[in-house]
Amino acid sequence: MATQIATTDRHPADRKKLDSVVIRFAGDSGDGVQVTGAQFTQQTALMGNDLATFPDFPAEIRAPAGTTYGVSAFQINFASYDIMTAGDQPDVLVAMNPAALKVHLRDLRPGGVVVLNTDTFTERNLQKAGYAKSPLDDGSLSNYRVIAIDISKLTMKAVEGIGLNKADSLQCKNFWTLGLMCWMYGRERQPTIDFLTRRFAATPKVAEANIAALNAGHAYGETVELPSEISTYIVPKAEVPAGVYRAVTGAEAIAWGLVTGAQKAGLKLFFGSYPITPASPLLHALSGLRQYGVITFQAEDEIAAACSAIGASWAGAIGVTSSSGPGIALKGEAIGLAIVAELPMVIVNSQRGGPSTGLPTKTEQSDLHQAVYGRNADTPVPVIASCTPGDCFEVAIEAVRLAIKYMTPVYLLTDGYLANAAEPWKIPDVDKVEPFPVKFRTDPEGFHPYIRDPKTLSRVWAIPGTPGTEHRIGGIEKDYNTGDISYEPDNHHKMTMVRVGRIKRIAEDLPLQKVSLGNEKGKLAVVGWGSTFGPINQAVRRAREQGLVVSHIHIRYVWPMCRNMGELLKGFDRVLVPEMNAGQLITVLRSEYLVDAKGLNQISGQPFKVVDLEAAIRNMLEKGEPK
Amino acid sequence: MNVEAPLKPADYASDQEVRWCPGCGDYAILKSVQRTCADLALPREKTVFISGIGCSSRFPYYMSTYGFHTIHGRAPAIATGVKLTNPELDVWLITGDGDGLSIGGNHLLHVLRRNVDMQILLFNNEIYGLTKGQASPTSRVGTKSPSTPAGSVDAPLNPVLFALGAGARFAARSIDTNQKHLPVMLRRAHDNKGASFLEIYQNCIVYNDGVFSNFTEKDVAADTQVELEHGKPALFGKDKKKGLRIKPGKIELEVVTIGQNGVTEADILVHDETNKSLAALLAAMEPPEFPKAIGVIYCDPAPSYEVAVHKQIAEIAAKTPATDLNKLLRRGQTWTVN
Repeated sequence: MATQIATTDRHPADRKKLDSVVIRFAGDSGDGVQVTGAQFTQQTALMGNDLATFPDFPAEIRAPAGTTYGVSAFQINFASYDIMTAGDQPDVLVAMNPAALKVHLRDLRPGGVVVLNTDTFTERNLQKAGYAKSPLDDGSLSNYRVIAIDISKLTMKAVEGIGLNKADSLQCKNFWTLGLMCWMYGRERQPTIDFLTRRFAATPKVAEANIAALNAGHAYGETVELPSEISTYIVPKAEVPAGVYRAVTGAEAIAWGLVTGAQKAGLKLFFGSYPITPASPLLHALSGLRQYGVITFQAEDEIAAACSAIGASWAGAIGVTSSSGPGIALKGEAIGLAIVAELPMVIVNSQRGGPSTGLPTKTEQSDLHQAVYGRNADTPVPVIASCTPGDCFEVAIEAVRLAIKYMTPVYLLTDGYLANAAEPWKIPDVDKVEPFPVKFRTDPEGFHPYIRDPKTLSRVWAIPGTPGTEHRIGGIEKDYNTGDISYEPDNHHKMTMVRVGRIKRIAEDLPLQKVSLGNEKGKLAVVGWGSTFGPINQAVRRAREQGLVVSHIHIRYVWPMCRNMGELLKGFDRVLVPEMNAGQLITVLRSEYLVDAKGLNQISGQPFKVVDLEAAIRNMLEKGEPK
Repeated sequence: MNVEAPLKPADYASDQEVRWCPGCGDYAILKSVQRTCADLALPREKTVFISGIGCSSRFPYYMSTYGFHTIHGRAPAIATGVKLTNPELDVWLITGDGDGLSIGGNHLLHVLRRNVDMQILLFNNEIYGLTKGQASPTSRVGTKSPSTPAGSVDAPLNPVLFALGAGARFAARSIDTNQKHLPVMLRRAHDNKGASFLEIYQNCIVYNDGVFSNFTEKDVAADTQVELEHGKPALFGKDKKKGLRIKPGKIELEVVTIGQNGVTEADILVHDETNKSLAALLAAMEPPEFPKAIGVIYCDPAPSYEVAVHKQIAEIAAKTPATDLNKLLRRGQTWTVN
């Protein structure tokens, strides 16, 4: 770049100290809101704050400009302490057009800052957003601190002379806005400058323009007299355990976890998948890791994706397939084949709002019953769920381990929120993950494919290519003693009970269920699973700080559950089960442990708010009902 | 090292009792396949038979190789996973007209267009046998069955034309009972590296008996079948006087007789199995106007999918080699907290 601008904060001492801030960027889906958010996240992570993010975007790639349904948003919560959620209420709303303001203003806390691009407040855009009068003029923003700037004009000016056309110049306005936020919160711009230089290496003018816009936005904050109620802030570093950190999304962490799991088993990883929102980032991530013994296969449909993974497992790889609810439904018959053939397989479900197409880009946890019960016949399989983007790594390794040790398909439940949200992650030492090398059966002596380990009841794994262990398997019931086709009534009963029993038996191998927060006995247990971990944990923590006798139990092993689960639940007077569905874990708990649990259910496509959970905890303690 | 005795056809049979109906065409195909395996001296441990669901799909149980009897229509997807994981395996896919062209039509389409190296044997009996005789996608219009008591009204699919349309690089046809011809076709299918599609007319003695007799019966076969061979004239009939010719000035075939209307052997079409347009014309021929074409109708090899995939992986690995996983996890922007 022609001029070197200082990219670090010049006046840290003048800044007001805050413990935590929630910023929401919102604009048209073409405004680059997600990129802006991701960059702010990166800067924030590098500055040592703890953070959590919530990308929230429409299903349409580029919905018509200016419409409320085309608004894309990215929320980040960063703090000087350990935080668990992306925040209930934004402190700052950056609205790139009237529609973004219309959709998101209701969430902004009273007195919060709203940054607006006045250039977009045209009659036509106001009309599209459903405003009769401009909110800039009618006093409706009087409860907030408003920074109304013609960002478009200032961006155009900043990139003047670089040689971009008008449309391309205007595209830089998200980085102008990011520059202003960097000023306000004392973020360093250098990581973003590095990112832009890398990203637009082939089109250096575009890189130059975006960097110029970023710096201009920052300079604007430095030099222009903003209203006195607008300050600059500093959020001190969070106290976090020592180590090397990075930002990670759930999809990346699952990809790395699967690769790690396969290496620990000494197997190739085969990934068969079909594009579907919000599961595709996993296909993309693994497609970039093929030098690590990964074969990725974009199949012709969901069924073929599952079947290719089964074929791969039979041939001696760990077969993995991935999708979201509707796609998982299509894989059902194939999963049944893997169950009866007793082949290892991992099925990753990035859950989204349903049923049917539902809300493809919104999060939900309504596929628990599908995973636990959703197949024909008596066909249980292990189901495990991840709770944070970083946890996805461990859970993916565990899914591979269980699949191989027990020769069974394993469901890994994640969701749209986890797949896309980023959090700082203390990178683990992979060398410390215990290997679990596979021993294929190679001895032809006395071989048949359904010889079982007496302890685990897992069958031997003999793979094509091995002399002497040639065998035929398939979907037809087989004889317990020989593995040959059998239609004998008593044998079918026995085989069914073996299939059911051997999955139940896995509980013996699982760690005991722990309490995430609080005591092992008490007045109230809040039991959750999946991505509600963050808000539940924070709500329980706050409730406990207020002296309430409440514990948080987080379930990773959804099926089978840990063997002490029933006993643990009996230690509490009341049980609350918050879920982003109409009540699924709760029915499993009720049917398995006869516990009179109450549900708190939110099916809005949005994560729980901590305040709502806190209210439910109080209500449960006071009147035994969440509401 | 001991030199083992070459395997005989019987060595490729498993110890399982074959459970097809007596007189089923599947027996003849099984015999041909076992014979071909012996002729090609295929190592049993590297040979894999994968099937879907249907009468024909019981096939793997009767082979002493590796075998996987999977789910309805999905064998091509499972076979693709097997072949991608271990390209050394010799994969045979067994399917039928219902399994491969109805419930599994999509998978058959894609395994052909990808050109995954395997032999695809489609047993066409123009009926659903295992479910007791319903009309299939290859049943002729008017087929009476429990589900079409007044006769089917939907047009049948031509499997070889389907394969050609899907981009198959090898498409051939044979007949269950033609034990001279079928092993040759199996061998040709095996020789081709890529997805080799072989349609086998197979008589269902219970639900569709004699459906192919208009061109397979001894007394009519010579006049109603043309056995195609690359580089040879497409002649047929008892004394090989009939032949196929491109109609002058048209993209159409016609049947001509040598010695009539000035036709000589030089006028007869010479089969070129690399010509896809010609393959489509030949595959579409139906008696009584035309003879049924059997033989290798089309063969124009192209690189197979699993080879291309592994070549690309090797190139990527050479360009950006895998690091240890700790390095991978620390790639990109990281920060250290002390």
